[in-house]
Amino acid sequence: MIEINGLVKLYGKKAAVDNISFTVEKGEIVGFLGPNGAGKSTTMNILTGYLSSTEGTAKVDGIDILENPMEAKKLIGFLPEQPPLYPDMTVDEYLRFVYELRSCKLPKEAHLAEVCKVTRISDVRSRVIGNLSKGYRQRVGIAQALVGNPPVIIFDEPTVGLDPKQIIEIRNLIRNLGKNHTVILSTHILSEVQAVCDRIIIIKDGEIVADEKTENIARTMDDSRKFTVKISGPQKEVQKLLSEVNGIARAEATGERELDSYTYVIESEKGVDPRKPLFYAMAKAGYPIIGIEAAAAALEDVFISLTSK
Amino acid sequence: MLAIYKREMRSYFTTSAGYVFAALFLALSGILFGLFTMKFYQTTDVSAYYRMLMFAYVIVIPMLTMKTFAEERRTKTEQLLLTAPVSLFSIVFAKFLAAFTMFIGTLAITWIYMIPLGLYGKPNMGRVFGCMIAVALVGMCFIAIGIFVSALTDNQFTAVIGTVGILAVLLGVAMLNSVIDFYPIRVVLSFFSIYSRYSYFTYGLFDYAAAVYYISVAGVFLFLAVRVFERRRWR
Repeated sequence: MIEINGLVKLYGKKAAVDNISFTVEKGEIVGFLGPNGAGKSTTMNILTGYLSSTEGTAKVDGIDILENPMEAKKLIGFLPEQPPLYPDMTVDEYLRFVYELRSCKLPKEAHLAEVCKVTRISDVRSRVIGNLSKGYRQRVGIAQALVGNPPVIIFDEPTVGLDPKQIIEIRNLIRNLGKNHTVILSTHILSEVQAVCDRIIIIKDGEIVADEKTENIARTMDDSRKFTVKISGPQKEVQKLLSEVNGIARAEATGERELDSYTYVIESEKGVDPRKPLFYAMAKAGYPIIGIEAAAAALEDVFISLTSK
Repeated sequence: MLAIYKREMRSYFTTSAGYVFAALFLALSGILFGLFTMKFYQTTDVSAYYRMLMFAYVIVIPMLTMKTFAEERRTKTEQLLLTAPVSLFSIVFAKFLAAFTMFIGTLAITWIYMIPLGLYGKPNMGRVFGCMIAVALVGMCFIAIGIFVSALTDNQFTAVIGTVGILAVLLGVAMLNSVIDFYPIRVVLSFFSIYSRYSYFTYGLFDYAAAVYYISVAGVFLFLAVRVFERRRWR
């Protein structure tokens, strides 16, 4: 549905986007992840025809955005980083304007009512946009991208400014959209991509550093994982035992102490989950494990290690 | 294109922009009409009034065009227009048409000034209509220039000052032209003679050459506005 090939965007001599290529299949929800200034917005702006690329092509459903912008733009609904709202219009007037601007052919009243319903803005339709709260404005921005029911929807940081309840609603909305739309969304909220996206593309300094299915993303890193374990028992003996357990590469005491329990950070060997052998080893020795937890969420680890090199 | 035109027209009336323009235009034209037909010359010849009205445009027209693109760029709403399936030219042209509609609408109100003129004298109607066409054509050019300047910036005040500057320079060139004797310079300057081309109209003649000139100048500036957007996209 979306094909991006060798995309380069230079601002002066600095490359905001440096040779990015990827394709998105129909019905996929792709999360675009990266630190601020990584080139997420630039890529989206090129894909929607707002900016031109210095090199490379962007195609939507086989239509090149530069060669045939009119046809390509019809297929895309876009929510930019800052929702493009006219503060002097009411929500209803604004959506009607977008409807006409995109020369939609769907039954107008029913379609606009539907769009308002899914984005939950029906109750503010007659209000002036300038008086709405940030959360409502963001949702009007999302509604605008859905007008005309375009097959490809591109969201640049869709949940910014929303409260936790609204964030959950919008995530559900995006997941529902993914059933019959192709969705690309950018964010720097890690839990968001994990919750919503089928696939994650991480970019850094204008280059793709990871492109994986969400469930596989953790494997792109060296598969050693860290755990924090709290064990009741004398520190020296426990540490000695820890280093003998299968699958543990390293174990260190953090110095934290609670009554007779000490806290240790253990690092597993690649691709091994050391928690079961650890449990049996400690049970055998008679030192109960009080607590065990993964040191960091897998995605955060990947993200930090990929973007801080 | 119709959608953008309608939205522009709406925004002239839902924000202060349209009212400020109309009020300023009517106040200035009223004063000028009073002074230059009734008070000073006591004449039914309106050409002096219309000549002064064109000087007033230097201040009034930028009020009308300052928002067109500068405001869209500042609030990022231009992203909606530029990613919608509409050509750049139709965006620029829709905004031009809306500003021109506002302008002609306000200008039409000033036609009531001709009523007292008809009541107390016998104005030459050919000359009156000629002048009306002339100011409309000149206004059209100025609007195109204002839209071009507005496309260059994201600040309304920069747009106003820039437009006033360009219109004032054109005015200066026209004045300079009347004092220079050297023929080649006069020929070159006459290309920029927005302020003097319309003179045949004031005699009640329809000057096709001048009409084509004004339409071309407006077209050039609208084309330049389109180019501004294309250039920004590539940069």
